[in-house]
Amino acid sequence: MINFVMPDLYPASAEIFILVMACVLLLVDLFAGKGRRWLAYLMAQLTLAGCFGITFVTMDGQGVTTFSNMFVDDLFADFLKLALYPAVAIMLVYSRAYLAARNLDRGEFYLLVLFATLGMMVMISASHFVTVYLGLELLALSMYALVAIDRDSVRATEAAMKYFVLGSMASGLLLYGMSMVYGAIGSLEIAEMGQRIALGGGNKTVLVFGLIFVVAGLAFKLGVVPFHMWVPDVYHGAPTAVTLLLGSAPKLAAFAITLRVLVTGLAELAEHWQVMLMILAALSIALGNLAAIAQRNLKRMLAYSAISHMGFMLLGVLSGIVGGDPRFTLNAYSSAMFYAIAYVLMSLGAFGMILLLSRAGFEAEEIDDFRGLNRRSPWFAAIMMILMFSMAGVPFFVGFFAKFAVLQAVVAANQIWLAVFAVLFSLIGAFYYLRVVKVMYFDAPTDTAPLEAPRDMRILLSVNGLAVAFLGLLPEGVLKYAIYATYTFLLGS
Amino acid sequence: MDIKTTLFYIFSTILVLAALRVVTARNPVHAVLFLVLAFFNASGLWLLLQAEFLAIALIVVYVGAVMVLFLFVVMMLDINLERLRRGFWNNLWLGGPIAVLMVVEMVAVLSARSFGLDAMPAPAPTAAGVSNTKALGVAIYTDYVYPFELASVILLVALIAAVAINLRQRRDHKSLDPARQIAVRRNERVRIVSMPVEKE
Repeated sequence: MINFVMPDLYPASAEIFILVMACVLLLVDLFAGKGRRWLAYLMAQLTLAGCFGITFVTMDGQGVTTFSNMFVDDLFADFLKLALYPAVAIMLVYSRAYLAARNLDRGEFYLLVLFATLGMMVMISASHFVTVYLGLELLALSMYALVAIDRDSVRATEAAMKYFVLGSMASGLLLYGMSMVYGAIGSLEIAEMGQRIALGGGNKTVLVFGLIFVVAGLAFKLGVVPFHMWVPDVYHGAPTAVTLLLGSAPKLAAFAITLRVLVTGLAELAEHWQVMLMILAALSIALGNLAAIAQRNLKRMLAYSAISHMGFMLLGVLSGIVGGDPRFTLNAYSSAMFYAIAYVLMSLGAFGMILLLSRAGFEAEEIDDFRGLNRRSPWFAAIMMILMFSMAGVPFFVGFFAKFAVLQAVVAANQIWLAVFAVLFSLIGAFYYLRVVKVMYFDAPTDTAPLEAPRDMRILLSVNGLAVAFLGLLPEGVLKYAIYATYTFLLGS
Repeated sequence: MDIKTTLFYIFSTILVLAALRVVTARNPVHAVLFLVLAFFNASGLWLLLQAEFLAIALIVVYVGAVMVLFLFVVMMLDINLERLRRGFWNNLWLGGPIAVLMVVEMVAVLSARSFGLDAMPAPAPTAAGVSNTKALGVAIYTDYVYPFELASVILLVALIAAVAINLRQRRDHKSLDPARQIAVRRNERVRIVSMPVEKE
């Protein structure tokens, strides 16, 4: 009596692979002794490499949905996933020595990272409100535990508690909004929702009411003002390795669900959510840049900078649908996507530098810890300078180009004042990035210990910094894929 | 008013009052018990909607397992409510008006105009003999198998997280390891000191 059609598992093979490997790692970790901690690390890295291979091989031009339309595998998803795996893998390389020095490199750490990655993959491929929510919860739950994994640190426990309470509230808001949208339109499937609203279905008042809660929930996950309260405390309190993860890859996943929910699902309500995003973006850019000036702690400073960067990314998202000109739409979304990827690259490098200077019993998280870095290691001082210049938007680093592309989209959408506002606050923001550079080059070092980081991390961090410089000169490669991925995404929605 | 409507209003009134008491009760144990009461009434509402399985599951899972565990935790922890409530009156001037405003707005939107019977017509009555438990089971294992699996992964993560954060080898325990006792050597325990003979 059950008409069960076996779902097509092929598009989801990367997700299935990572889940199976996580379960294998769970068992291997049980039997591997204390001396074989490298095994969990190696398996996690191999899993990510395997996922990369699988996603790359199974990638094809057209979007496929499976699992009763709850899972979508299009180029947009594939491209973001192909950016996601290296981000997580780089984070694992950077944090290895840091974790070993603090006795945190237990198998559970790698397990939780893999499950968080699975959560992000589910979010990126979600085409149904239920899978959006479950992916989000899978990511969030793994992150709460990762923040608290240094259980003897009072600061980390406090950060985890704040993150957990506020994160649960945000999930509640999102869920409430989703239930309202469902109540109005009678479907949880994002693409079908878009079609039904376009045909005039649903009570507009209730839809907008639900939309407010959905946007609030998404804003919370992106960490934009006024839903940003958790960001500085969690970034500051979490072990730097976890901050590195928190500040990089999840931004890609949050970007993906924002686009899927708002553009594919609720595009008809664009006039409403564009205004909301405009307020969120303007406030984030202003508050993020102003509050970062007052920070003496580099992790907190980067947290406020993350808030302003996410505001910038939202500028790209909100300037998509204006007057229905499809050319602007494509440019706007692909610029936002490029911004997200560029930010992840810069954020990995910046937190990687903190990890590079940290050692057992010492966290190089104050700006003063970077004093005189030029005399200790001219090469890494130069890398940090590249990263800071890029975040500030100095030409011709990738951060400049990302900002440029987004601003171009904003101007094309006739929001001149918004573009001027964003540029002004970026200028103010340049102050605190340049302060780090000044401290590195013109102050005498207070900490003269030699750098202890392992060679693989030094090489990768150098490559990361050089990539930031190189992509600024030649952004076409990545931008082309971003445009292509966005194009197929828009065709599908 | 027919019997169903009367029951609906009784359940809803008790549900809202119990939920209010959950937040306002001074004693945390009372708060938990009020939450149990709220769950019972919510399950009554679901029964009125002919969702028997969900109603029973709510009682069995939430009241029977989750809330009892919760009660244990609340009783074991020594929560100082006065400390938790500090700052309540200081922030009320800001929080209170915002809350009132939000409630008014939500009532305005979610009124009968949007969710009344003409906006949301009642579904056709189900034919006799249709079991919604069976329908739910079929849906979960076919159409919803992907979210179902994801939910199980989330539970697995919760388990791993709980172990990762809480399980620790105690270093101060007093038990002896017999294997190490047997393997002990003389020169680990006794030190022979050569010293000159001393006279009294």
